[in-house]
Amino acid sequence: MDNRFESVQTVRDGLKDVNYLADDGIAGVVFLADRLGKPILVEGPAGTGKTQLAKSVAEMIGAKLIRLQCYEGLDESKALYEWNYKKQLLRIQADRNSDAWNDIHDDIFGSEFLLTRPLLEAITSKEPVVLLIDEVDRVEVETEALLLEILSEYQVSIPELGTITATQIPLVFLTSNNTRELSEALKRRCLFLHVDYPQLEREKEIVITKVPGVTEMLADQIARIVRSIRQIDLKKSPSVSETIDWARTLVLLGLDSVNAEQAKETLHVLLKYQSDIAKAAKELSDD
Amino acid sequence: MLDLLSGFIIELRNAGLPVSLTENLDAMHAISHIPLEDREAFKYALGATLVKNNAHWRSFETVFEVYFSLRGPEYSISDGDGEGSIDDLLQQMQDAQMKGEGNGGAGGMDSLTPEELMNILMNALMNGDQALMRALARQAVQRFAGMEPGRPVGGTYYLYRTLRNLDLDGMLDKLMEASRKEVGGELTKLEERLEKDEYNDRIEKFKQEVESEIRRRLVADRGAEAMAKTLRKPLPEDVEFMHASRDEMQNLKKSLQPLTRKLAARLARKRRHGRKGPLDFRNTVRHSLAYGGVPAEPKFKYPRPAKPELIVIADISGSVAAFARFTLMLVYAISNQFSKVRAFVFIDGIDEVTEYFKKTEDISEAIHRINTEADVIWVDGHSDYGHAFEVFWDKYGKEINPKSTVLLLGDARNNYHASQAWVIKEIRQKARHVYWLNPEPRSYWNTGDSIVGEYGTHTDGVYECRNLRQLEAFVEKLA
Repeated sequence: MDNRFESVQTVRDGLKDVNYLADDGIAGVVFLADRLGKPILVEGPAGTGKTQLAKSVAEMIGAKLIRLQCYEGLDESKALYEWNYKKQLLRIQADRNSDAWNDIHDDIFGSEFLLTRPLLEAITSKEPVVLLIDEVDRVEVETEALLLEILSEYQVSIPELGTITATQIPLVFLTSNNTRELSEALKRRCLFLHVDYPQLEREKEIVITKVPGVTEMLADQIARIVRSIRQIDLKKSPSVSETIDWARTLVLLGLDSVNAEQAKETLHVLLKYQSDIAKAAKELSDD
Repeated sequence: MLDLLSGFIIELRNAGLPVSLTENLDAMHAISHIPLEDREAFKYALGATLVKNNAHWRSFETVFEVYFSLRGPEYSISDGDGEGSIDDLLQQMQDAQMKGEGNGGAGGMDSLTPEELMNILMNALMNGDQALMRALARQAVQRFAGMEPGRPVGGTYYLYRTLRNLDLDGMLDKLMEASRKEVGGELTKLEERLEKDEYNDRIEKFKQEVESEIRRRLVADRGAEAMAKTLRKPLPEDVEFMHASRDEMQNLKKSLQPLTRKLAARLARKRRHGRKGPLDFRNTVRHSLAYGGVPAEPKFKYPRPAKPELIVIADISGSVAAFARFTLMLVYAISNQFSKVRAFVFIDGIDEVTEYFKKTEDISEAIHRINTEADVIWVDGHSDYGHAFEVFWDKYGKEINPKSTVLLLGDARNNYHASQAWVIKEIRQKARHVYWLNPEPRSYWNTGDSIVGEYGTHTDGVYECRNLRQLEAFVEKLA
């Protein structure tokens, strides 16, 4: 298999070109995932760019992004494949008068009657794809087993049809908000990447790249205030996406710099709980 | 390399990280794809393949430092001479500084007086100069830690000695002073806060530098394996409540939040996926319309099990206070899984603290109020379970009903007072369940003045809850 990336640095630069600022850890793991042909399990607080990472990688290598949003009750007919039984019925009815039962019997379980779902689609695709399995912690433990075959062997076994093996190994991202412990079997098959709130410098750069019209000074101030707020013991710390929203708000208000008063008035963009807002407002003005 | 790595992995397993054989193989594959001289990339390659839980990352980092800190050119140990680049850099810095102050001075770091060293450190912190900070950390350790080869003390001792000599708290004040001067006049409160955060961050980084420098030297002295053993820290979920240091307590608190989220999700799921109940006639008929009136798709009523009502009675005397606080925090964080939660705390008197939690959304504030306001001392402030239980029975006994689950928290060290175990017996007859959680190791139970056995016979179960893992397992059983 050809490698998609030459070095960690190429990954980093490539991601930067599509406006995703990766740190060493992120770029390193993406690079390794490609070399080892392993999926990446991305974990971390909400809104730190886990899903965005998959999207950006897809954009970077010019691949199609196939997304499987997980939810409770997801089953194989929605994740893997399903027989198009209506079409099968029609096929049988069309041949009702002939005696070619044997032909039909073999025929109706051909790939023509197979409806591909995201996972199958990802491995049968001729073009390069990036497969994103979003919020994998939402499915039940039993459903996780569906993913195991495709994640380790890149193949899907269909009893009536045989095993379909991937024509090219896709880059696979699984994201998890860590609402439950994923099974050992799943974790073992993946590279693990924890995406946390970024360092001050990186957050500032993210604000600058993502928010047009923001001055460097404002971005710096924003990053510092957000870091300060994250140190307070809150129900929900502001995420990167909320930082960006806040920066956009401030830019729209036409501010070049922000003082305590303005910060307090716009806190509701950053924080989503009334008790958090009250607490942060108090902290920002008290000392 | 192979030997080193397998030693590393064995140490990881010793530290409690579950590393399987396939993960081991993956790690070997992974490092063959990256340039070995890039230490960061090497670390992430190992991390991504070996560590599958973020809570374990710290342990991993420590072990990594110990095993690989001596390798790589820029991390070699030096004694102040023969390290060109950093000395050069220092020289430049010094020159720049001296020019400003009109106070010429030259020479390597060794010749500096402590005051000069402090000045340079302050400048480095002010400008956030990483390389210089690293050099300074090295110098500080060499000068202040007084490390002797072969001396069997842990790294913390050296760390303490180094930091005491540096007076970093005073440094923070001085830094703030300096930045105030820079702006010329007062900073606004917001600015002041931000500056302070910034400096705190830098000082923290500097401390880390000092710490890793000490570690490097210790490893050089004693070898990686011996070092790893002394540095081995329990994973957050294995930290014992009763012996947690302040740092560990902080970490515990941090891991509490994701844990409660996890618990809540799991409990809600458990409740929803109960058995199927009796046929829901109405719903079945409604759905039969789609099949022309044939009830092809029977619908069932899902039983909605009543949420339990929880009564927590916690000993908050010194020895078990941390455990009680922790359990209360956990219980309240998932209080929506219970129809009602009432909390009582006692030492030798008992007081209800449910109100504290109701008034505020902030659990830690409520805990703080419990510590300061609750009226729990009757005579002398030594635990008296017997009296506390008796008062509880008199005042609140009527309110226990068959829906309530009673949780008793404490080590049952009663200071040889009367046990009044009959109260527990009475409670059990009225309540749905009575459980006792004991933060002490099982082997200590019923030794000395501990009478957990006497109470225990009247409960539905006594559980050892020494760490987060055990507490989590219990709470899940409860709801």
